[in-house]
Amino acid sequence: MHPALSVIFFTVVSGAGFGLYSLTAILQLFRLGPAMDRSELLSALITAFVLIIAGLISSTGHLANPKNAWRSVMRVKTSWLSREAVLAMVFFPFGLLYLLSVYLYGPHVPAFFGLMGVIGIVLGFMTVFATGMIYACLKTMRQWNTPLVPANYLLMGLTLGALFHLAIEAYFGADLQFITGVAGTALVMTGVMKGIYYYWIGKTSGPTINTATTFTRASVRLLDVGHTAGTFLTEEFGYHVPVGTLRVLKVVVFGLGFVLPLILISVAATAQTGAFALAIFAVLSSLVGKGVERWLFFAEARHVVNLYHGAQHT
Amino acid sequence: MRLGLVIDLDTCVGCHACAVACKQWNTSGTTGPLTDYRPYGADPSGVWFNRIRHYEVGDYPNSKTINFPMSCMHCEDADCVTVCPTGASYKRKEDGVVLVDQTKCMGCNYCSWACPYGARELDRESGTMKKCTLCIDRIYDETLAEIDRQPSCVITCPAHARFFGDFDDPDSEVSRLVRERDGMQLMPELGYNPTNRYLPPRINTPIPTEDVRRDSLVGKVKEWVNKAVAR
Repeated sequence: MHPALSVIFFTVVSGAGFGLYSLTAILQLFRLGPAMDRSELLSALITAFVLIIAGLISSTGHLANPKNAWRSVMRVKTSWLSREAVLAMVFFPFGLLYLLSVYLYGPHVPAFFGLMGVIGIVLGFMTVFATGMIYACLKTMRQWNTPLVPANYLLMGLTLGALFHLAIEAYFGADLQFITGVAGTALVMTGVMKGIYYYWIGKTSGPTINTATTFTRASVRLLDVGHTAGTFLTEEFGYHVPVGTLRVLKVVVFGLGFVLPLILISVAATAQTGAFALAIFAVLSSLVGKGVERWLFFAEARHVVNLYHGAQHT
Repeated sequence: MRLGLVIDLDTCVGCHACAVACKQWNTSGTTGPLTDYRPYGADPSGVWFNRIRHYEVGDYPNSKTINFPMSCMHCEDADCVTVCPTGASYKRKEDGVVLVDQTKCMGCNYCSWACPYGARELDRESGTMKKCTLCIDRIYDETLAEIDRQPSCVITCPAHARFFGDFDDPDSEVSRLVRERDGMQLMPELGYNPTNRYLPPRINTPIPTEDVRRDSLVGKVKEWVNKAVAR
């Protein structure tokens, strides 16, 4: 698959935004970890909304005909893309009401607004789940057609959210022990999940050139594709990355995405000074790692239409 | 009604006439134009509803060239329709034809991702998704003679390798062909249940060669002279 930068930016950044919102609201509403004051909560929530909105705006970047983008809410009954769009929009009133209550009342929000916050958490998770399902529901790409994909999207969002939350706590000089534990656990779980995913897609399965052409009792080879230049199909689905590059990029995914942030936040949790700088580096490193991860997610997906263009299996 | 095509892989000669006829008819049809990019450049490209690929099936010397025309299969379980967020992509209840409403499409490419057969192509000029309409503006045109109310590709095929009809009618030509010659679906394991079927090559008895008479002495001399004389 051809990786579209706007979609990569959108899924990583809005996922991080929903993760940051959900984590902050959970920690505050369920009184987990050290108490946060009004300015800490506001910074975290506003950062979350900035990330979500930036991501959603970027998501229209890959549309060939964006003037019809408003129509994307019309097929909630069948389309995960539609569900995602609707869930993301429904999230806003609840999320913003919770943000408003934090602005007005600080950490002790009234029960009604707390309920709004909880609904926001649920909608945030559902939105990220829907984003994952956009890809996971496609039977044409076996690398996407697995429950590991929405699980991965949710965990990636939560991990980035935890790192952002940690950086904001570090900025205010709060005690980082608890949030480091949360972020560290999220990093390890997400890294393991990613490893499982890479193992899973390494196995060849699904349609072959034989079922694609109905000739299941003989070998089939492409003689000629019938066109002299690239077509929409070869440009959109024919994207190919050399195996060596894939290996290097996977090292980058795990190194910058998981290992380095884990080291940085561990140091930050015990450091006397410079915790904020370390936390920012952890966030940046993880963003780069997860950007590469998302790029690979697209670049490694092999659409079955490639079978008709010479691939023997996908 | 369940309209669709039957394509005979035995008689298709791979001439691309169906693709050209399709382009000609549909570029001025309901979803046209089918834009050409760099038509006079070094690498001309563009939107086509119908593409023909060529495969070698079997191993030499027991191999055969198969020409493989593909357009929209008008699937019974069409994921391209269910994934479309705008409702631009739809399957007509009355005849099963899958169409794209050009006024609603936002060009997100999602339907083309869902289609295993590469039947959908984005028109980069209009920013909308385009696909085979089964010549919807032709098969229902009552001003045409009955024999002309068929898709362009079917009418034009010089090898008569394409058939159009209603698969729900057991007496139709397409149903009969599928029944008699084991019409196959492409990638049935994906569960899209494509309407279009492909007829496998007929099994022909090999032409015996043992009893072909060996060349006479005069014939051999003639052959030698023919090779030796420089033209």
